[in-house]
Amino acid sequence: MNQKRLAKFVALFLSVGLLVTACGGGAKPAENTPAPAAAAPKEVAIGAIYPLSGPSAVAGKDLTNGVTLAMEIINGQHPELDLPQAKWKGIPNLGNAQLKVVFADHQADPNKGKSEAERLITQEKVVALQGGYNSAVTAAIAPVAERYEVPHLNADSTSPSLTEQGFKYFFRTTPHDGSFVENAYQFFDDLKKAGTIKGTEKIAMAMEDGLWGQDTAKSAKALAGKNGWNIVEEIAYSSKAANVDAEVQRIKAKNPEFVMMASYGPDAILFLKAFKGMDVNPKLIWGNDSGFVDTQFIKTLGKDAEYLVSREVWANDLAAKKPIIGQLNTLFKSKFGAELNGSSARALQGTLVLADAINRAKSTDPKAIQAALKATNLGAGDIVMPWKGIKFDEKGQNTLGAGIIVQVQNGAYTTVWPFDVAAGKLVYPIPAWKDRK
Amino acid sequence: MTGVVLTQAILSGLLWGAIFALIALGLTMIFGVMDIVNFAHGDFLMVAMYVAYTANAYLRMDPLLAIPLVAGLMYLLGIVVYRYIIKRVLEAPSVAQITVTFGLGIAFRALAHFVFSADYRQVQHPWVEGRVQFAGIVLGAPELVAAVGALLMTALLYWFITKTETGWALQAVAQNKQAAALMGINVDRFFGVAWGLGLGALGVAGALLANFYYIHPDVGAIFGGIAFVTVALGGFGSIQGALVAGLIIGLVESLAGVFISPQLKYAFVFSIYLLVVFIRPKGLMGTT
Repeated sequence: MNQKRLAKFVALFLSVGLLVTACGGGAKPAENTPAPAAAAPKEVAIGAIYPLSGPSAVAGKDLTNGVTLAMEIINGQHPELDLPQAKWKGIPNLGNAQLKVVFADHQADPNKGKSEAERLITQEKVVALQGGYNSAVTAAIAPVAERYEVPHLNADSTSPSLTEQGFKYFFRTTPHDGSFVENAYQFFDDLKKAGTIKGTEKIAMAMEDGLWGQDTAKSAKALAGKNGWNIVEEIAYSSKAANVDAEVQRIKAKNPEFVMMASYGPDAILFLKAFKGMDVNPKLIWGNDSGFVDTQFIKTLGKDAEYLVSREVWANDLAAKKPIIGQLNTLFKSKFGAELNGSSARALQGTLVLADAINRAKSTDPKAIQAALKATNLGAGDIVMPWKGIKFDEKGQNTLGAGIIVQVQNGAYTTVWPFDVAAGKLVYPIPAWKDRK
Repeated sequence: MTGVVLTQAILSGLLWGAIFALIALGLTMIFGVMDIVNFAHGDFLMVAMYVAYTANAYLRMDPLLAIPLVAGLMYLLGIVVYRYIIKRVLEAPSVAQITVTFGLGIAFRALAHFVFSADYRQVQHPWVEGRVQFAGIVLGAPELVAAVGALLMTALLYWFITKTETGWALQAVAQNKQAAALMGINVDRFFGVAWGLGLGALGVAGALLANFYYIHPDVGAIFGGIAFVTVALGGFGSIQGALVAGLIIGLVESLAGVFISPQLKYAFVFSIYLLVVFIRPKGLMGTT
């Protein structure tokens, strides 16, 4: 009897919880949507499909917040911001029509993404789509947009294959996973040009033996050959190993100048401790995000995390060289109580790019907007992201995007590359363990 | 060059081997005395590491200084776990025993997640840090301390089992419960002592490991798996067997990793184990 009552109570509790989540997921973005001004002659609607509920809901909130701030910048007036769209009040070339966003929730489910894309295009008559963060969902949305000939701008999915499908209406502003590894070599090349390194450095790779680590290893190996870098050791290790002494000994035996790594949290920690324990002193350690930018990484390793270099997509310290980042971060914080991060900043940028294309198209015809997107040519000064600009190749991939490279300095991640946006100077070579305090 | 690399590989292999052996001690002991395979062994190690961490974080106690404390608390935990949980399934089919210890492990892991969250922890300012260097060979100082501690602890436990009256009683219980009871040995009490000693030894391992290893609710899974192979290789219930097997596993892991392929190092460890099981199913020094 008691147990039955308990079960009923739990069931009730769970359904109430679900209901609240569902309502929260649905209602929140609608609230954030700027109400169409009654006096506006007309409005242009775009659709944004993001994971508002479900396992990726945390990112979904960041993403919709980014889009919401972009709408405010486009429709309102922010003369203090150094962005072309900040001076607008609506879309200038469409008689200051207000831009409207219709949010849809895909719950990280490709099927939902697909049906929501259809609904937005056929029922809500959106002129363009933005979304969907989870690469698998983005891959389901893109064919729908292609079929209806409506442009689909993706600002936040990094699977390289997305731009390999031959779609004409798909445009991606963010760099993809392959280009993050490419960035590492560009970074090395830039160091060579600056005279910091000779270019004859030996590289050892230590990457976990799962899909992600081995994909990184594959790109790193292929690109090393192309760029004339010398890989002297390739280690695929189990991220569940109890210790990595043997791996580190192999690295030590080859005495490489650079170590390139793809590691999750625990193994990143084990490796750095083993480097210290066995007195391995490479001049540079590059990590592919993940374990190296984990919030626990610096906290756990303390001073031993110093000087590690990792790739990233966003850092708020970029504000020093690019004031717009600081201004937007302040604005974002006051509105949403959180810092701009890689997700919100990229989504914001995506909406700004769509608005720019709609403005240049001087039309609400999706085909005209697609043509305008193809002709997009934004410089570093016109955008928020720390990139050289935005310009799409024939596959729809932005060719001017780039990851950034950060280095742990005084217990915080400091942007050290690209050099023109860097907030700090790269410490190279990293001091030997015995010379550290 | 190769000479140095080889020596280095052998020495670091032996260091880790001694640590693996110490972790396996408790497991082999509990099995030897009462024929119960404790699937929560890795998770008990995790608990011991968190005890050492807590002593360090809140009482500013060095993990090495905390060894008696951790071992003592783990001894008590062993007695409690035996008295209130294991005792109830002593006569139950072994599937029930496995389920109980397995569930216990999950419960401890969930508890650790709840209390300490999934953050990686690390003891602060341990006494022993840095490394020992000689003739081109580098060994981590805390690892060296842990290995020496592991050897001492193994010797101590071996002495205790073979030279003291309690040890003899434990051996008697292990050999034949009924006969031991007839000789006036309180079997129930010595089962409890076996759990206490087993987890106490594990407590020493946990404190030595916490001195340099990261601490996480899932850290037990990594060492628990190796502990099972160690016990099976050395022979269920054999203390000397666990020591020899631990050292072999450490050596194979290190040599295969350095000279063959890091990706395959565990494959070699398990192959050696398979080989022994085929040729000598009771393990290297097993008696049953």
